[in-house]
Amino acid sequence: MSELLQLIVNGLMTGAILAIGAVGVTLVLGILRLLHVAHGDTIAFGAYAGLLVASAFGDNMVAGIVGAILATAVLAVGLDYILWRPLRRRQAGLVSLLLTSIGLALVLRHAIFWVVGANPRQYPLDLLRVFELGPVRLSLSQVIALVLASASILLVGWLFARTNIGKRMRALSDDFSLAAVVGIDVNRTILLIWALSGALAGLAGVLQGLVRNSFNPNLGFQLLLPVFAAVVLGGIGSAYGALAGGLILGLAMEVATWDGLLGGVPASYKQVVAFAVLILVLIVRPEGVFGKAELR
Amino acid sequence: MNAILNAQFWFFVGITAGIFTILGLGLQLQFGYAGLLNFGHVAFMAIGGYTTAILVVKTGMSLWIAAVLALLVAVPFSLLLGLPTLRLRADYLAMTTLAFAEIVRYVAINEEGLTGGSQGTINLAGVGTATNYNREWLAMIGTVRDWLEPLLGDLASRDFIMLIIVWTVAIAAIILVQYLVRSPWGRVLKSIREEEDAAAALGKDVFRFKQQALAIGSVLGALAGVFHAFQFSFFSPADFVPIVTFFVWMVIILGGTARNWGVPIGAAVFAVLFAGTRFLDVPPFSWLESDERAYLRMIIIGLALILLMMFRPQGVLGKREEMVLE
Repeated sequence: MSELLQLIVNGLMTGAILAIGAVGVTLVLGILRLLHVAHGDTIAFGAYAGLLVASAFGDNMVAGIVGAILATAVLAVGLDYILWRPLRRRQAGLVSLLLTSIGLALVLRHAIFWVVGANPRQYPLDLLRVFELGPVRLSLSQVIALVLASASILLVGWLFARTNIGKRMRALSDDFSLAAVVGIDVNRTILLIWALSGALAGLAGVLQGLVRNSFNPNLGFQLLLPVFAAVVLGGIGSAYGALAGGLILGLAMEVATWDGLLGGVPASYKQVVAFAVLILVLIVRPEGVFGKAELR
Repeated sequence: MNAILNAQFWFFVGITAGIFTILGLGLQLQFGYAGLLNFGHVAFMAIGGYTTAILVVKTGMSLWIAAVLALLVAVPFSLLLGLPTLRLRADYLAMTTLAFAEIVRYVAINEEGLTGGSQGTINLAGVGTATNYNREWLAMIGTVRDWLEPLLGDLASRDFIMLIIVWTVAIAAIILVQYLVRSPWGRVLKSIREEEDAAAALGKDVFRFKQQALAIGSVLGALAGVFHAFQFSFFSPADFVPIVTFFVWMVIILGGTARNWGVPIGAAVFAVLFAGTRFLDVPPFSWLESDERAYLRMIIIGLALILLMMFRPQGVLGKREEMVLE
């Protein structure tokens, strides 16, 4: 039983990271019709931005986290200016946008490889410190990840529910032309969406780096398909759905390995659980668990 | 050694181009003509290669029969992928196919007893037992070389013969696909790409045509996998990462969507970029370490894809109207 509890806590942690990653993807897909394959590598960019900023400030992890969020938000907004806006002006279709995103993913990932090398890196934290909450054991980095992830999920939820900016984003994602007609500044809102998506990707990168202890530039791409699965689970374009979808998926990936569950799947198949969930949801309920029906 | 002047080096580039031509034709049929956003094409390359190697090593079957079976096995796998997914919207299809390819790769990594695991085919018969599934292929190449050597001298290398074979098959495949898309079947396919509801209204079973295009394209993917297995005597799951599928996309976009003769052009450009930047040791490449060269190569390919989409999305031979797909 204590094993299950530990898995649930791990699952919430994985899930929170997926949720944070999925919000940006779902908004960008819902509004811009861009299936953002480069989002995974944007997350990796955040993880390394955090590492570099932290070491520049004398191994200060707080500076690293703030730096990662800011740097990745700036990257995402900058890319809208040089890449996505010109393509929007040319009315590029789904395929053009998707392939551009793939090109961007290749460039980002290998630029990171070039700058930092392929060797695994770690954040400057005491990795051996362990907290025990009843039967559940958590390392310092996991505690930080859990706290930050929960806080940011609440914050994003509040942003969408209570603020004007958040409502504008949801309106745009809900019905683009209707939102434009009632006078929402489309270009500004899109920039804000990129900033939010980038900031959350940066945070997700740092959190994933913390949870994994050591990481290499592939960590972002490894998150991409689970993030996509969370997006589909929540219903494309639904910000709340992405948050819930991420948490549910994270739990499913971890709890699926539990012995009590018919022996559980081997831990090496955790990723496959996410892909299987993705395919199953698409077959059974393609509009997502929380999404509205808009099948084709 | 100056690689530019070395014929063997260009043979290798040519073989890469040939294999990517066959891979690209499969995707061309699926995307260029049927409009399917298949981002899991590499899965069929893996299925083709692994089926060949596993059948030879585990059952002692003749390589030639194993290779033919590997092509046939692609069909049930394409049904497995297509039946649940082909009714989905384009962006969903892209995600599911990508996930499918990753499932195939994870199975290849984790089912060590079947595939040799992450070490690849070298472990097919268990750790410590050397496995050589392509002995018959190498013997055949050796025989052909013995015939050709009096005529061609040093030029008649293993790679030269491979080059001729791959390109013979590739050109035959181009002609076959060209014939298919000009047939009534191909015209229905294009009408589905342009206006699915109209094709359905005319009584065409849209789903069935898409499934057929997926299956034929998958067999071509498996064929490329078989050649990959022939050429490299050894391969591992790392050869079938999603990036390979992205490369194939670049090949068909570069050549032009719905342009079969564009595929070899795209594949040739890609192979020079890919294999060329890997082995050329002339400046500016010789200034870099080999790992830096590998990163630079991917950055160049990524940038090429971005610039292509921004400035010439229809590719070298394509028509713009056939590219802008909603």
